[in-house]
Amino acid sequence: MSGVNTEARAQILSGIRRSLRRGEVSGESRAAVDGRLAAPPRGPTVARAQLAQPEKVALFCQWAEANNATVARVAAAEVPAEVVSYLARSNLPAQAAIAPSPQLAGYDWASQKMLSLRKGRGEASDQVAITGAFAAIAETGTLVMASGPDHPVTLNLLPDTHVVVLREADVVGGYEDVWALLRARYGKDRMPRTVNTLTGPSRTGDIEQTIELGAHGPRRMHIVVVHE
Amino acid sequence: MESTARAFKDNVSHALADPNLQDSLGKLKVGFSERRRQAAERLPEFEALRDRARDIKNHTLAHLDFYLEEFERKVLALGGHVHWAPTAEDARRIIGELCQSMGARTVAKSKSMVAEEIALNEHLEALGIAPIETDLGEYIIQLRNEPPSHIIAPAVHLTKDQVADTFLEHHAKLGFTKRLTERNDLVAEARYVLRQKFLDADVGVTGANFLVAETGSSMLVTNEGNADLSNTLPRMHIVLASIEKVIPTLEDAAVLLRVLARSATGQESSAYTTLNTGPKRAGDLDGPEHYHVVLLDNGRSAVLGTEMREILRCIRCGACMNHCPVYGAVGGHAYGWVYPGPMGAVLTPQLIGVEEASDLPNASTFCGRCESVCPVRIPLPKLMRHWREREFERHLTPKGVRQGLALWSFVARRPRLYRRLTGLANRVLSLFGRADGRYSTLPLAGGWTRFRDFPAPQPGGTFHAQWKARRS
Repeated sequence: MSGVNTEARAQILSGIRRSLRRGEVSGESRAAVDGRLAAPPRGPTVARAQLAQPEKVALFCQWAEANNATVARVAAAEVPAEVVSYLARSNLPAQAAIAPSPQLAGYDWASQKMLSLRKGRGEASDQVAITGAFAAIAETGTLVMASGPDHPVTLNLLPDTHVVVLREADVVGGYEDVWALLRARYGKDRMPRTVNTLTGPSRTGDIEQTIELGAHGPRRMHIVVVHE
Repeated sequence: MESTARAFKDNVSHALADPNLQDSLGKLKVGFSERRRQAAERLPEFEALRDRARDIKNHTLAHLDFYLEEFERKVLALGGHVHWAPTAEDARRIIGELCQSMGARTVAKSKSMVAEEIALNEHLEALGIAPIETDLGEYIIQLRNEPPSHIIAPAVHLTKDQVADTFLEHHAKLGFTKRLTERNDLVAEARYVLRQKFLDADVGVTGANFLVAETGSSMLVTNEGNADLSNTLPRMHIVLASIEKVIPTLEDAAVLLRVLARSATGQESSAYTTLNTGPKRAGDLDGPEHYHVVLLDNGRSAVLGTEMREILRCIRCGACMNHCPVYGAVGGHAYGWVYPGPMGAVLTPQLIGVEEASDLPNASTFCGRCESVCPVRIPLPKLMRHWREREFERHLTPKGVRQGLALWSFVARRPRLYRRLTGLANRVLSLFGRADGRYSTLPLAGGWTRFRDFPAPQPGGTFHAQWKARRS
């Protein structure tokens, strides 16, 4: 940290303390804020996502479709065929960049002779990306993507069409359930570099407040929900 | 950016006479505010969430130093950097130096009101670095060399035809020589042009909706995905955020996200909500190598010690301006600086001086709609009234108004005199004009009647007289 920064830091922090008419947070109030960070209190519960797992999945699908995604519900063995069929139905080439994840490697892509897959990050020339999802939120139909070697962020953003393979078991109620899963996987203080939550395809209302899809991110999002 | 808040009254006259602006503002009334109402109705817990959102922000502000230090500690632990900027000039210098350290020629920018506040683009241009605005609305106004007119919809003042003309003028040299008439074609053309700029950019600069102290993450909420491309493709990601953006935990973020999108656009959730934590990790196939957060104060720590502190709860959703009859009539540019509408009328005098922006807190009918829709329950009318009181104390109020108020307070503190004078005024006014129910001109009230009629007293005498008659 440079000397200028140390001085600026002290200036801002002491300005805050002067305004709050106290010194550094200490004693009981320090214990209280430390405790709040260690065990974060949850906000009011949103009742609509307090459901049994099958209804959670149904609610997720309902909201995802309301947000302009398309949804197909299939068994694990049918995933590759559904992806190929979706690409054909959408007049898209049977060619995609796919996330190098163990989950996706578990499907029998070789069964689809016409499908050409490239494992890796997304490139500007990719038309279609296929990824998994870390979790999904029933309350709003939102997908949660955690970045890492098995899920490059560019796959969520650059291609025109994003095909997401989501396991039913990974659908949870609300954000709070996602935070719990992230902490369990990565540790309390260690988030992945990027967590993207995606609610339908990219959109803008910047011209006359009228929604148009595909502003910068994908124009189309297809979610393949897998029961295992 | 240069303020024209001092010329508020002239700005208003121009705005009221601008047919394109009035056309665009007409859509605002049925757009955002109706969608917000529906979204709030769909969620029975909405009011309870607003209460909690207010409490979270109050708790954070009361421990702001603690949470900023905690946030910094977490960012550093994951290989990021934190810069503290007491003033706008400090923030500009820090970001300029970071861009120069990368040898940057172009910077992909995602819409940030704080970047507008510190006039970042002008500074980068002076250093020979091209800032490219990538949010569609912000890109349109950058081409037109205009400031934003709304904090979440920067080009809301423009019609589709104006956008079409702007694109034709600026994209012709790129080979787009056809004037477009459909919105989706305009969006597609901007997407194509901007995609290449993203791929070429050396640095991405974004704002932040929240900074999460618990994890050292910056959180961004967008619909287009431009912020995500800005923080993923370039080799350096710089987050510019003001100090009151910090919140304690992810659970707090969950509450604030639920009220933010619904209050802003009436969406259940924005399309993209992204948490970024530090630079690219070992084994990652993409992401920036460098991650910097610039924390801007620019007067906010001082506001914390004043009666205006509640404005620091603001999460920049724009609901107050979407529901404001004054904003709805004159648009955002009339306010003359970065933040328009009711939240701007409170914040702008604080940030650029009440002498410069003295008209803004007066541009309110105190109808209270802003407070009634604010997701963090900021008492905006009360805060505007504080400014009016300060202006009066500091003799910034015009002489005629001061004298009028002094006269009124003299009379109002003498009940018998007050009753006699109002009774007399009532009878005199009744002599002419009661038939119409209103006056289009009145002696000594030209400032009022030039723009609107004055209501005539109704039969039955003054309020006091009617009250007395009803009680007996």
